[in-house]
Order: sequence, then structure tokens, then C-alpha cells
Amino acid sequence: MTRIAILGNYATQFLNKSVKKVFKEFGQDVLIYEADFGTIDFEILNSDSVLFEFKPDYIILHESDLAFKNEFYHLGDNEKQFFFESKSQNLLNRLNILQENLPKCKVFYPMLLSSNDMVFGNYFSKVKTSWFYQVVKYNNALLDLSNDQANFLAIDGISQVPANLKLRSRSLVYTSDLHFTIDYLNYLAGVFHQIINVNSGKFKKCVILDLDNTLWGGIIGDDGLEGIELGSNGVGKAYSDLQKWFKQLQQRGIILAVCSKNEEAIAKTPFERHPNMVLKLDDISVFVANWNSKADNINYIREVLNIGLDSMVFIDDNPAERAIVKEFLPEVFVPDLPNDASEYLDYLMRLNLFETASVSENDKLRTLQYHQESKRVELQKSVTNMTDFLISLEMKAKVTSFQVEDYERLSQLSLRSNQFNLRTKRYSLDDIKSISESDKYLTVSISLKDKFGDYGLISMVIVEIDKQNEVAFIDTWIMSCRVLKRNVEDLALNHVLYQLKQLGIKNINGEYIPTEKNRIVAELLFNFGFERLENESYKFVLEVASYTNREIYIENDN
Amino acid sequence: MTIEKLTPIFRDVFENEEIDINLETKASDIEEWDSINHIYLIVEIEKIFKIKFTTLQIQKWENVNDIITDIDKLVNAI
Repeated sequence: MTRIAILGNYATQFLNKSVKKVFKEFGQDVLIYEADFGTIDFEILNSDSVLFEFKPDYIILHESDLAFKNEFYHLGDNEKQFFFESKSQNLLNRLNILQENLPKCKVFYPMLLSSNDMVFGNYFSKVKTSWFYQVVKYNNALLDLSNDQANFLAIDGISQVPANLKLRSRSLVYTSDLHFTIDYLNYLAGVFHQIINVNSGKFKKCVILDLDNTLWGGIIGDDGLEGIELGSNGVGKAYSDLQKWFKQLQQRGIILAVCSKNEEAIAKTPFERHPNMVLKLDDISVFVANWNSKADNINYIREVLNIGLDSMVFIDDNPAERAIVKEFLPEVFVPDLPNDASEYLDYLMRLNLFETASVSENDKLRTLQYHQESKRVELQKSVTNMTDFLISLEMKAKVTSFQVEDYERLSQLSLRSNQFNLRTKRYSLDDIKSISESDKYLTVSISLKDKFGDYGLISMVIVEIDKQNEVAFIDTWIMSCRVLKRNVEDLALNHVLYQLKQLGIKNINGEYIPTEKNRIVAELLFNFGFERLENESYKFVLEVASYTNREIYIENDN
Repeated sequence: MTIEKLTPIFRDVFENEEIDINLETKASDIEEWDSINHIYLIVEIEKIFKIKFTTLQIQKWENVNDIITDIDKLVNAI
């Protein structure tokens, strides 16, 4: 029987009811002691109090920002600026007494709802006596307490609240001293339930992933490496974001497994060869791809890993597969994914499946995090001029001719880009294909990533080659404005000129076709040393031999 | 708005199928009608009729008739 004490500075009867209800729904026994409202300090300071007699396993300590704010408004400026310190000191005192009298009891404390009271508007951050400054500081102090006190946990009861759930009804505040809506207290009770279960050892250790339409869009066996949606654009980005999240979980210590109906060799190709695949084969502890039932395969994975079925989560877009697993392995948790893949990640985050009570087995990881943190500090320090900044980004680019798997992205880039687009020629998928296959064209595509992320394919150049007359013409030059001022244009032209030299081309011609949106490239060719043709505003020429390579700060990633 | 529509809500909130209410029924007439259940009653009525009582309205209620009068006002205003 789990024993929970609820202490609060508002009418907590409803939280009590909500907590009871959620444990009952899961068929778990719970005994709750609810202190009279507003008696937190009395219960804790008085060693004869019912609280200590009750001997709770867990204390839910819920303080409302509204009660704090009332107190705060009564203070003079001098006391106001020390409000968060005195409040957090008070909390520390309480925790010390609890620790002494109930050494095994864990205290869960939802961070305060923090909202700006607009007394100082957005100048609050400069004013220590502003409410918002103090409440944010208090929440920060809670993090420090969490780090220092083994039995204290500051809780996030806010960031995954469904958008349509109202936190507070002013009418209930004033008529009943109920500082939160019943819907929100039900939600919060669910959060406590998850945390308490995790503390008693019921937590998830492993995620089993389907592949087709779960980790990428489309079917690898039908659509092939070039056909699946992953990475650079549209819904493909949703899949790579999802993969990034799983990668984070994996680094935290969650085991990843794959369970897919596929030929094993085909199922592995994206992991081995797709440029936008975030998860690699090394990240997957058990990889099962065959035509057996998924329930059988999950049983096999369980045997290999030697963990309980109730510590596994199975992620699959296909409702039929989910139903089979639910039917045969009811202990496995199987979330019903939304229909739209772009909703997968938010949905999974809201479920908070990977609540944990410790990460101590991952000390290595923490070391790494500290390492990164200190690096970031270094970065801020060193960014003083543009060159330093570009170097600090650790950019890496992949420069190739047009590749089959990029055709669609290339066509989209030509159809969508309006700003950094020298001639605004639009190309269909078929156009791109025939240009790529023709020997009359030199094609360049550039993908860029830096230490903060992967931008995907962000630039393309098409150069028409006339070998007989030893002359070339820039048919198309496009770059995504997301990577403006990163040297990508220099990289592109360096590459083009290098190729032209190899081909023995003497002169390169260029043209700027003005549109309403592409003024940004009006002087592009001129700035690269091209000369304007006589009596022509928009036509340029450059002698290939006269070009000197531009200095760039992007490493080769081919 | 009639008493027949409100009765099942009362029975549901107070978890008692035997409750009967009339226009004059007051909180003191029903054992389960305490301050906590009063809140659940308000929240439930607001949900079902998709309305929002003002704080002043809630404060002035004396009996079931007052509640019905306010529901009618809000429902007709939509």
C-alpha cells in the first residue's frame, strides 16, 4: 500500500480526490493523508503532527503561485528583492526536518506556474523587485534544491499539458480558493502517479521500433533508398526529428530495438546508406527484420535483452500490428499513434513514457554533457568576428553532382526558392533528371551541417558547357536563405571554377534575371569578379584562369 | 431549462441515484451537497451546457431555481 501525504497552500481536497481516482483507475491501492489547507509549516515543524504519525512514502507539496504572489505584494521593496531566497530557504528548512524525521520519504514539488504580472512589463528582468523576476528565480532555486537534496524532486507540471486544458478558473479561485481547475488537477495527479510508479520500480527500459512509415515515410522495399521520406524536406523532417529524439533516449540509457516486416538486408540499407538517417545500426541493440508475427519477434527481443515485457514500448504506425501486439502481449505498452506522422513526436512526448527516478548508471553521459556545456561557454567567448564565428560553427559540406536520391529535393528547391536565385528558372523532376543525365551540363549540389544541426541539401548550381567553344554559362544558381552568409556561395563557385578548369573551359558567362524577390543576388556575379558586358546591365563574363579561390571555413564531408 | 435535465447531473455528481430535486431544493436539503461537491456540480453543469457562470452568479445562488435561472440566461445568450 502506497502512503501519500498531500500538503498545499490552497484548497487541496480536489487534488486529493484526483490522486485517489488515478490510482484507482490503475487498480493500485493508495492511502492518502491530506493536511488541512495552509498548515504546511505546522505539520512539518511539529514533531507530534499527524503527518509524522502517518509515515508517508511520498509527500506531494503543492504550493500555488497565487498564494505566493499575495504574500509578495504585501512586502516592501527591500524584502521583495529577497523573496525567492527567503522562500527557498524556508523550503530547505522544511526539507531538513523531513529528512530527519522521515529519512526515506520523497518529496515531490511542482514548480510554480510563472507568469508575468505586467507591473514592469518586459522590463521585469532588470527589476529584482518584480514578481516575475522573483518567481522565475524561485523555480531556479528549486532546481538547485533538486540537485542537492536526494529526496526532493522539483516537478514540471506544465510543459506537456494539452493545449485545450485550462489551468485556472478565476471564478473557482474566488468562490472556493481552488487555485487550479479540476481538469488540471486530474492531469497533475496523473503526473504524480507516473513518478510514484517509477520510484517503485515500474519504468520503461526499451523501445521497439517499426521501420516503414514509423522511422521514415514510405516503404523501403517498394520505394527504395531514393523514394523514402526522410530528412531534408516536408514530412521527411518529422521522421528525422523523431529519430533524433530516439537517439537522445538511447544516449540516456533507453535500449532501442527494431522489429520490422522486411527483408533484413533491405531494412538495413537506410541505416547504412541514407544520408539523412539519424539512427545508425550501432544504436540498435536488437535488429529483427523478417516476416514472422511481431508478437513472436517481440518475445524474441525480450529473451535477448532479458527484461520484462512491461518495461517495453512498441512503436508502430500500423493499427493492425499494434492490435496484434496488444492482444498477445498485453504487458507491452503500445501507444496509438496519430494518423499524421508530423504529430508522432508531440504525441509521444505528451505520454511521458520514459519517466525515471535515477540516471546514476549513466555517469559517463553526464560527463559528456558537462563537457559540451563547457564547450558552449568557450564558443560564446570566442565569437568576436565573423571568421571566428564561421570557424566555431564547425560546418561540414557535401558537394556532389546531382544524385538520384536528391532529384525531388532539387526540383523543389528550384520551384520554391525566390530570393537567392540568379535566374529563377523552374525545373520539374523530369527536367532535373534529364539535366543530370546529359553531358552538356555541370551540376553541383551542396548539403550543409554544422555543430547545431543538419540543414540538408541547400544549394544547387547548373552550368551549361560548350566544350567546342570552350565557354560555359551559369544556367541556375540557387541557395536556401537559411544558410546565407556562411560561405556556401564561395564554396559553390570554387567548386564550379575548379571543374571548369579541368574541362579546359576558358570563359564563364553569367546572367542575372531580376524578379521582385531576388534583388539579394543582383550584384552576386560582380562581387565575385565577373565583368559586366558592354551595354548590358545583367550579363557578365569571367575568365576562368583569372579566378582565385575564395577562402572558406567549411570542411569537406563527402 | 427544466428540472428533469438537471436531476441526472445532480445524481451523477453526488453519486446517489435516489436524489430528487425541485425548484426550492437547497444545499442543506441534500447530505452530499457539501462545498467540494458544489464545485464539481458547477464544473459539470458548465461542461454539459457549454456555458461559463460569472463569479457573482455563483455567489448569489440560494436554491435550484437560481441555478436554473442563470443557466437559462447563459444558454439563451449564445
